[in-house]
Amino acid sequence: MVNGKRLLIIIPALNEAASIGDVVGEIRGELPGVDVLVVDDGSTDHTAAVAAAAGARVARLPYNLGVGGAMRLGYRYAHDHDYDVAVQVDADGQHDPRYVPKLVDLLDDYDLVIGARFAGEGEYTVRGPRRWAMGMLSLVLSGLAGTTLTDTTSGFRAANRRMIEMFARWYPAEYLGDTVETLVHAARRGYRIQQVPVAMRRRMAGTPSHSPARAMIYLGRAVAVLTLALIRR
Amino acid sequence: MKLTLVTGLTGLILLATIVELLRRRQLREKYGMLWLGLLFVVIPLSLFPRLLDGVADLLGVASGVSLVLFLGIVFLLLVCIHLSWEVSALEEETRTLAEDFALLRAEVEAERAERAEWTRRLDRTEMVSHDG
Ligand SMILES: Nc1nc2c(ncn2[C@@H]2O[C@H](COP(=O)(O)OP(=O)(O)OP(=O)(O)O)[C@@H](O)[C@H]2O)c(=O)[nH]1
Ligand SMILES: [Mg+2]
Repeated sequence: MVNGKRLLIIIPALNEAASIGDVVGEIRGELPGVDVLVVDDGSTDHTAAVAAAAGARVARLPYNLGVGGAMRLGYRYAHDHDYDVAVQVDADGQHDPRYVPKLVDLLDDYDLVIGARFAGEGEYTVRGPRRWAMGMLSLVLSGLAGTTLTDTTSGFRAANRRMIEMFARWYPAEYLGDTVETLVHAARRGYRIQQVPVAMRRRMAGTPSHSPARAMIYLGRAVAVLTLALIRR
Repeated sequence: MKLTLVTGLTGLILLATIVELLRRRQLREKYGMLWLGLLFVVIPLSLFPRLLDGVADLLGVASGVSLVLFLGIVFLLLVCIHLSWEVSALEEETRTLAEDFALLRAEVEAERAERAEWTRRLDRTEMVSHDG
């Protein structure tokens, strides 16, 4: 329970055994009374066992579906079990659970609240093509949503009942679909979107997923995904 | 001139079909992008078939048109290989799913049998206590 609401934390995880235990432990410490669902997406390490030992419920997918596939499972779980709020949190410890109540507070007036970097809090920076891609995404999506969105690819999001219901039915599994396309889709259908500035921490363990070479490809794909999302209905 | 019209029109119809399929979410992004990319090569070529003559000369192919035919067949072959690969991956996935399902069913049935056994035993002890 947070502010009188039944709350589910959904953590998509792929090979995060080194950090998932601490992440789940910290969430349960900071937010007593919330339920934690870890969606283990075909990890080859002990992610599921470590998460369960830390007190999370664990749903294990038989093979890798990607973040989008894992999240739809999470939202379906939230919908089936009648939660008021579902919050997506990364398994690598970059998201500070102490921001969760801040996100949840806004869910009375908004359907989807994003915990955003680059919005004043923290000093997380990116450079080069990745920065241009993020700039372009935030420009277009801010226009669609009618509010400033500085971090459209953030995996730190809170959804209310209305949003959970839609995401349980429809959540793309394609690349960048889980972030960019869901925002386009939701904004177009009149769901209200807002962001809250958060500071992101460093990964607790494991390797970061991007390299300079991939940044350029990322830019190209971001443009493609956004164009596609815009012409789609 | 007539030929250019026919080939150009075909290209445009294909383009419209793919865009519409993508719009209706009937085509996954990765396949859509592949076909769109191809059309961006095919449409200019259908309008200006002589475009590849220079490249054909360089490779020792008689004319640009036969080079296009050759490249077309190579491309289709690659697509076929890719699709076989995708189907293999899908088969592997359904196999895993079927296994998971069988394991779950075995677990559920074992549990059900155990529960039935317990209730039977409970009934019997109750009967005994009534008699005695
Ligand atoms: N379910 C699922 N989760 C994934 C997959 N890939 C990554 N994740 C999870 O998604 C979250 C974000 O992934 P990260 O690799 O941290 O991505 P990021 O935060 O954008 O980038 P860095 O942390 O800077 O590397 C983590 O909780 C990962 O465990 C996947 O294929 N399936
Ligand atoms: Mg991360």
